[in-house]
Amino acid sequence: MKEKLVLVGNGMAGVRTLEELLKTDADKYEITVFGAEPHPNYNRIMLSPVLAGEKTIDDIILNTVEWYEENNITLHSGDLVTRIDRVNQKVVTESGSEASYDRLLLATGSNPFIIPIPGADLDGVIGFRDIADVDTMLATAKDYKNAVVIGGGLLGLEAANGLMKNGMDVTVVHLLDSLMERQLDKPASALLKSSLEERGLTFLMEAQTASIEGDGRVSSVKFADGSEVEADLVVMAVGIRPNMTLAQEAGIYCDRGIVVNDTMQTYDPKVYAVGECVQHRDICYGLVAPLFDQAKVAANHLARIGSKRYEGSVMSTKLKVTGIDLFSAGEFNEEEGDEAMVLQDPASNTYKKLVIRDNRIKGAVMYGDTIDGTWYFQLMREGTDITSFRKSILFGQHDLGDAGHGDETRVAAMSDDAEICGCNGVCKGEIVDAIVKKGLFTLDDVRAHTKASSSCGSCTGLVEAVLSNTVGDGYDASPNKQPMCKCTEHSHDEVIDAIKENELKTMDAVRDLMDWKTPDGCAACRPALNYYLLARWPDEYQDDAQSRFINERAHGNIQKDGTYSVVPRMFGGLVKPDELRAIADVCDKYEVPEMKVTGGQRIDLFGVKKEDLPPMWKDLSDAGFVSGHAYGKAMRTVKTCAGNTWCRFGTQNSTGLGVKLEELTWGSWMPHKFKLAVSGCPRNCAEATIKDFGVVCVDSGYELHVGGNGGIKVRVTDLLTRVETEEEVLEYCGAFTQMYREEAHYLERTAPWVERVSLGYIKERILDDAAERKALYERFKYGQKFSQIDPWKARAEGAEAHEFNTIKIVA
Amino acid sequence: MTNWIEAVKLKDIPRLGSRVIKTDTVNIALFRTTLDEVFAIKDECPHKQGPLSQGIVHGTSVTCPLHNWKIDLASGEALGPDEGCTNTYSTKVENGMVYLTSDKMMAA
Ligand code: SRM
Ligand SMILES: Cc1cc2nc3c(=O)[nH]c(=O)nc-3n(C[C@H](O)[C@H](O)[C@H](O)COP(=O)(O)OP(=O)(O)OC[C@H]3O[C@@H](n4cnc5c(N)ncnc54)[C@H](O)[C@@H]3O)c2cc1C
Ligand code: SF4
Ligand code: FES
Repeated sequence: MKEKLVLVGNGMAGVRTLEELLKTDADKYEITVFGAEPHPNYNRIMLSPVLAGEKTIDDIILNTVEWYEENNITLHSGDLVTRIDRVNQKVVTESGSEASYDRLLLATGSNPFIIPIPGADLDGVIGFRDIADVDTMLATAKDYKNAVVIGGGLLGLEAANGLMKNGMDVTVVHLLDSLMERQLDKPASALLKSSLEERGLTFLMEAQTASIEGDGRVSSVKFADGSEVEADLVVMAVGIRPNMTLAQEAGIYCDRGIVVNDTMQTYDPKVYAVGECVQHRDICYGLVAPLFDQAKVAANHLARIGSKRYEGSVMSTKLKVTGIDLFSAGEFNEEEGDEAMVLQDPASNTYKKLVIRDNRIKGAVMYGDTIDGTWYFQLMREGTDITSFRKSILFGQHDLGDAGHGDETRVAAMSDDAEICGCNGVCKGEIVDAIVKKGLFTLDDVRAHTKASSSCGSCTGLVEAVLSNTVGDGYDASPNKQPMCKCTEHSHDEVIDAIKENELKTMDAVRDLMDWKTPDGCAACRPALNYYLLARWPDEYQDDAQSRFINERAHGNIQKDGTYSVVPRMFGGLVKPDELRAIADVCDKYEVPEMKVTGGQRIDLFGVKKEDLPPMWKDLSDAGFVSGHAYGKAMRTVKTCAGNTWCRFGTQNSTGLGVKLEELTWGSWMPHKFKLAVSGCPRNCAEATIKDFGVVCVDSGYELHVGGNGGIKVRVTDLLTRVETEEEVLEYCGAFTQMYREEAHYLERTAPWVERVSLGYIKERILDDAAERKALYERFKYGQKFSQIDPWKARAEGAEAHEFNTIKIVA
Repeated sequence: MTNWIEAVKLKDIPRLGSRVIKTDTVNIALFRTTLDEVFAIKDECPHKQGPLSQGIVHGTSVTCPLHNWKIDLASGEALGPDEGCTNTYSTKVENGMVYLTSDKMMAA
């Protein structure tokens, strides 16, 4: 028989936990849900837009009644649980129904704090928490004029804005001298206040409410200094208190909230708790992002997998008042020893401040222009060293998915039909629609449902911006630790380290040790694991063809019609008449539909039938060609220019050096594709400064450049160093390449890798530490012994024959 | 009565890999899982006709090589939020030989 799980509290954290649980193990429990509110689970954070008239209740329902039915969940809505009987393991409700449990999940949320002053119990004095409160506010706005909102925090301002939109005269009363003091510093707070005043809100700052007056219904609010303001409605938004009465009365240990450990378990091991009702490591959270992290952990333990820990969350805040852009995260007031970087432009009404400690972002406040908020937040959480881009950091991440959008990356201002994802043709409107209708919170969800940013990924930043604009902080920005894929909880770095430290030499060994959830992985993790193992154990690991993307398995690029392309290697772009003749002959013999000179200084033969590949490779191999690896996460090409052999400006033999570099590096598998170039002088005809490794020859020697990219997001290289001899060029190139091969994440090109680990770190290992550089170079050369075996020749001689033959049968 | 025809020896399909069977009317992809189950589906992705045989096999599904749709090998249905379906054919394995039914092949 199935075990019984009872959830008390049909809100955001509780139901998210159920969703996570169903994803992991849909059949483990018979589930019963009790909710005091007479609604299915809805998106509470969207109550503000509902109040402001920008959304309807239907828009914000997250799980419909049908959802509960489809998942065999028994829902009792509108029924308050009044008692937990821990001895008999059951709960009892107001209406008298009972449900017994094997596991109990408490997610009772919190209650608005109502200041205990005279008159607080009058009609027309409410909090801002649920649909009932919004209904009351909307009804009051129809018949009455004056509203007072007590509390100038996030919730209070959103309530005030909504009431004003409904035609009320609103006064916001705040105890302190600046608004949202928990999220904003004084300058940002002042900007916010003046723009809200412009819209018509009145503020009473440093005002202490003494009593609420009225006869049955509220009529005014009195202050400690004796002054008085008329009021037909009072909304108290001065804070929330975890709703823990139920747990307390059942004798479960509570402090400021229901106390839980890192597995979201209360002091009664059968009882779990998540959400705002919880106190974890002394913190009670009041935003959804941390609650969703908690939900994942609780679900993991309810499913008896038991591998996750909740270790607390870092939070950021956005104000959901349409037309006001505000972002805040971390510690935004600098302490002794911190540095503050401030950008203030009164003309455009923008303000940005970053608090920096030890070259890392500790906090950020932004007003007016918040587009880079998610970026700063990410840098902050990941503790990225910002030294190398510190000078420009305040101007934002220019290259935030701006392929084709130029200056237009102001997501909020973009029209609904603006195309966000160029690969899949997805417009902003479609994304917003999917987020709202399907209740999406994460980038992965949006990718799955709309395909936006699921292809080349260049618009990821834009999609994230649309997400955070649409769902506010509900947006679950990439969690602190990004798992490799859905098959595991472990990150790329953890996997790379485990392979090295535990000497794991097969994919099964990795999956066993690291608790993979699927027996044979997926299309995302298998190629990654195969690469990591190959890079770490070049002499021992047996490459697994079935874990390679088809291009690498068939050693050609698959075309849209299922044929393949063939690109023979031309070292340094040099070619001889005989070689050209051989290529021409091959094209005639196999009726190649099209030949093209590529951007990589060689020739692409398009439209080759799969079964023709091995014989064609044999002919090419006989003419001296090897594979160009144009299909692989591998070393691709070395582009060169004429150099001092012919060019009047050439300072060194760039062509010859290019050939040497290509001879050193060809055949090497990489985390992503890897391109090189050598230019003979700073005119840079080989475009070396947008390559993964580029050499610019100068009179005194060679400038070595790294981390460039000419593709989706153009990035100019960083100068690694200058050297004097060709031998040094080869050594530094080998060392840099090997470091990238060993440490970058699979599918991370050098450009994002260099930005992630910082140029400083790479210099430490390759420039400052000569022994380390030499060791890296040696490891690279050792690995090359095993990878410089031409895959085309091998297949022409019969390797993997089954890959290229089809079976004919007559039915 | 089901008409079984010999297709290929089980050992000639790589584990987590595939082979393509060509008939006069249709290309059929035969997949073999880690547990040596064999599935046969039309070698055409419901999205844009990508050759499913060339995809990466995991569990009992295959990821299309062209745009990463995930197709369930048993039902031929697209998984996840994607929608679409491709033909499937019955298979059986006896004495190391994989057999296919010929019934639907003519119809395909
Ligand atoms: C053939 C070629 C276009 C041409 O006719 O010139 C080409 C063709 C393809 N490129 Fe490219 N790229 C070619 C030069 C380039 C260049 C220019 C260069 O290398 O000087 C770039 C920009 C430079 C760079 O990489 O930094 C380039 C940036 C891309 C990108 C974006 C990479 C990025 O990191 O932003 C992709 C997508 C990817 O790799 O994920 C891509 C992907 C592709 C793929 C493999 C698409 C695919 O996955 O099927 C195309 C395969 C066509 C085919 O069927 O053969 N191609 N591609 C060029 C082959 C060069 C070679 O000889 O190997
Ligand atoms: C107007 C508003 C705007 C907000 N904006 C944001 C924002 O922009 N970003 C953000 O991150 N967060 C925001 N929040 C906070 C966010 O909504 C909460 O953090 C989140 O909803 C808490 O989830 P929960 O499941 O812990 O509690 P809830 O969602 O409150 O769910 C608890 C549920 O349990 C029910 N319940 C309680 N006791 C019992 C009982 N004994 N028996 C049965 N049912 C019971 C309650 O009725 C309630 O439905 C906002 C909140 C409000 C009110
Ligand atoms: S060759 Fe490159 S730029 Fe051209 S369509 Fe293919 S991927 Fe795009
Ligand atoms: S053709 Fe298969 S995913 Fe597009």
